[in-house]
Amino acid sequence: MSGAATPPTEAGAPSPARTERSWPLWEVFVRGKRGLSHVHVGSLHAPDAELALRNARDLYTRRQEGVSIWVVKADDITASSPAEKDSFFDPAADKIYRHPTFYDVPEDVEYL
Amino acid sequence: MYGNDVIDPTQPLNAAETDAYDAASAHEDQRDTVGDDFDALIAADQRIEPRDAMPEKYRETLIRQIAQHAHSEIIGMQPEGNWITRAPSLRRKAILIAKVQDEAGHGLYLYSAAETLGVDRAELLDRLHDGRQKYSSIFNYPTLTWADCGAIGWLVDGAAIMNQVPLCRCSYGPYARAMIRVCKEESFHQRQGFEILWTLMRGTPEQQAMAQDAADRWWWPALAMFGPPDTGEAAKGGHTEQSMAWGIKRFSNDDLRQKFVDMMVPQAEKLGIVLPDPELRWNDERGHYDFGEVDWDEFWRVLRGDGACNAERIAHRRRAHEDGAWVREAANAYAAKQALKEQQKESAA
Repeated sequence: MSGAATPPTEAGAPSPARTERSWPLWEVFVRGKRGLSHVHVGSLHAPDAELALRNARDLYTRRQEGVSIWVVKADDITASSPAEKDSFFDPAADKIYRHPTFYDVPEDVEYL
Repeated sequence: MYGNDVIDPTQPLNAAETDAYDAASAHEDQRDTVGDDFDALIAADQRIEPRDAMPEKYRETLIRQIAQHAHSEIIGMQPEGNWITRAPSLRRKAILIAKVQDEAGHGLYLYSAAETLGVDRAELLDRLHDGRQKYSSIFNYPTLTWADCGAIGWLVDGAAIMNQVPLCRCSYGPYARAMIRVCKEESFHQRQGFEILWTLMRGTPEQQAMAQDAADRWWWPALAMFGPPDTGEAAKGGHTEQSMAWGIKRFSNDDLRQKFVDMMVPQAEKLGIVLPDPELRWNDERGHYDFGEVDWDEFWRVLRGDGACNAERIAHRRRAHEDGAWVREAANAYAAKQALKEQQKESAA
């Protein structure tokens, strides 16, 4: 597996086709409350987006865990490849001057 | 605990304001030095994520374990589902429905985790239906009286929690995350079971006898839920050693069983229930309760299919699946029709 055409973040390799066509896989993201981002909580199967939302409500927010839900077809997610992780993220590794701790400043300066 | 997961409004709004951020960034630093090698990640107690390279045996072990766990959750809906129509009050009925729905939810979290390893849920269900994969033996025992719903919540869910809490730190990320959700919900299950028994034990002599009878029948099967002995001589040749090395399992079956007994004895005393084990007594030297031997012949017999309800559980499960086929097909047909309409609208525009 490599590059942009790989399956989504949490989904593994596709399995062989069976006689009964199974419902597509959806990844579910829930906003816990106002002011927080949507966070990935898991996945589920549903025939279409509308039922995916309803199933997500029943499965992932039975105890008021959310105020908003996103569902995204797993096939529509493009993920970076773990195999290319090093070359992909390396450019950020040598720029330590982007971190505040890089700078030498006198210790007795306040609010810095 | 019910409502455990509601977020406290006084909590910091942004992840960067919390300790979690520091913890995560510290982890990242570690990740750099650890690298992506499976053994190195395991040695550093890091999580393995779905698309990481992993040994085939690790993947197979996880698929087997997570699938068996998922199957147990959905088969586990049946013994208590049996009592929904006959729950003694509206309150008990509403609680029981919520609990059985939770079990379905736990099954789905777990199938979702298993699918990240490259299997299809439908395929796992096929394996359950034709007996190639197992579920926990405990669900092959019948629920004869209402008190059994109490005993299941208190003993069976109690044992499940003891088994599952360490799995929240399992080395495989999606499994660990699913277990965190499951454990949060299980504690309501155990408390409602205790409450059923607590109510019965303060009722009529007949109700007390019913609660005692349920505990008599569920105590030993609950102890068997931790699996056969796997310490000392018994450790040789079992799965435990490898699963521990891989961080899938954190404690031996025997350790968890002992912890469970130590936890349950005071609760039984509080309830006024006598646990059906003449060898049960406090051992001051060990600092634990001594207890009798589980009937492992019975355990293997039930696991191999010879329990009171094995055939009934699978037959019911298959029937439910087959009866739902037209719903799955109709939903597919509707989705296809809607997609086609959408397409036509787009090409017309």
